[in-house]
Amino acid sequence: MVGIVTYGAYIPRFRIAIPEIARVWGANADDITKGLGVREKSVPDVDEDTATIAVEAARAALVRRPINPADIGAIYVGSESHPYAVKPTACTVGEAIGATPCMTAADYEFACKAGTAALQTCMGLVQSGMIRYGIAIGADVAQGAPGDALEYTAAAGGAAFLLGNDDPIAVIHKTCSFTTDTPDFWRREGQSYPRHGGRFTGEPGYFKHVQGAALMLLAQMGTTPKEYDYAVFHQPNAKFPLRVAQVLGFSADQLRTGLVVPRLGNTYSGSSMIGLAATLDVAKPGDRIFVTSFGSGAGSDAFDIEVTDAIASDGFSRAAAPSVEHLLADPIYVDYAQYARHKGKIVMQQ
Amino acid sequence: MVSRFWRKIPQRYNLVGTRCETCGRHFYPPRTFCPDCRRGGKIVDHWFTGEGKVTTYTVIRTASNQFEHATPYVLAIVELDEGPRLTAQIVCRPEEARIGMRVRRVFRRIAADGESGVIHYGTKFVPA
Repeated sequence: MVGIVTYGAYIPRFRIAIPEIARVWGANADDITKGLGVREKSVPDVDEDTATIAVEAARAALVRRPINPADIGAIYVGSESHPYAVKPTACTVGEAIGATPCMTAADYEFACKAGTAALQTCMGLVQSGMIRYGIAIGADVAQGAPGDALEYTAAAGGAAFLLGNDDPIAVIHKTCSFTTDTPDFWRREGQSYPRHGGRFTGEPGYFKHVQGAALMLLAQMGTTPKEYDYAVFHQPNAKFPLRVAQVLGFSADQLRTGLVVPRLGNTYSGSSMIGLAATLDVAKPGDRIFVTSFGSGAGSDAFDIEVTDAIASDGFSRAAAPSVEHLLADPIYVDYAQYARHKGKIVMQQ
Repeated sequence: MVSRFWRKIPQRYNLVGTRCETCGRHFYPPRTFCPDCRRGGKIVDHWFTGEGKVTTYTVIRTASNQFEHATPYVLAIVELDEGPRLTAQIVCRPEEARIGMRVRRVFRRIAADGESGVIHYGTKFVPA
């Protein structure tokens, strides 16, 4: 059965504390930190972007399990901050892991759920027998306009999942999606920063779609929230996933392991995928994981995942690559000026 | 410029060099001929593990246009565990760098051909 054969994550080492951003814009740091439930967010180094993050995540996945890169038949990278408008990040990843040239590749864009859309594509290709392995990556160096609400959470990071039929560490029993045309958040061609509909992003955007996909999956599987050991929801802040979990009947305990946003921020396409990686970092054989992503525009992909004995077998080494917890530990804090430099927000002389 | 970068992608991304099967000597950048074994040598591709140590280093504080956004940065001669030495950037604070420090490879942006040109990716090193 199709499933996750191996996985890896990557988070840059730099962080900026939310009160430091609030200080620059004269905002109330306590209100913002409490309102979002986010204390700090990751910041890329000056030489890191979506491609470098995607490559590091994919390499981490391959370190955990000896897979012949020539057997990887597809690579899809989901992001809303691809380094090029035209020229796929996925080709760079393929070259950097030695999977080229006998593979298909493409970049995906669907706000914060492009990575899980890539997961579904790889599932389909594996299940149809078109490829042996496929890699789905969600990675971003997320954009938020200076002073905008998004700037307090827009972070950098990513996760890669190698899918196949051969002895997966976690099988994916089912996936389904809920999609509509909802303008809750967007970025027009050529614009540097996205715009959003403020409070409109909540009910008609995040909650309608996450609940739509989650309830559809529970109905199709004939399961209830209590049957899952862990749940991961897209986490633009800490409040939204906790509230949607409560509405659906999941507990805060089920969410805790995969809720990385308070220390990481919103890694957009990486968000729910890093949450899943953090969950796989500690999951035991037999554990069931419920995952629902959300991408503005808008849509949600839901997954029913069950961890297998392979996660504890000799053929898979979880410790060979850094866990999400390890990647979050020992950060280097930067002030707003250094953050602006890292993010290329300072206009330089040409 | 584009073709010059493209031609070296295997070396820049994955540290692909060569090895002489006759004497076991490794080469980076790759050589097609073993200077020790000469006609008796047999050269094959070798993917370096990307682990090594700092032989020596300097801190660049005044850089050319392409790299001035990154100053100050550490530029080192890294000795790979298989033997060859190469010049590469070490991603760390200048005060962290020291001779003999163990390092491992990472994939980073090296430079870009202006705002609209090709982005050059490649290998840098971080403290292991």
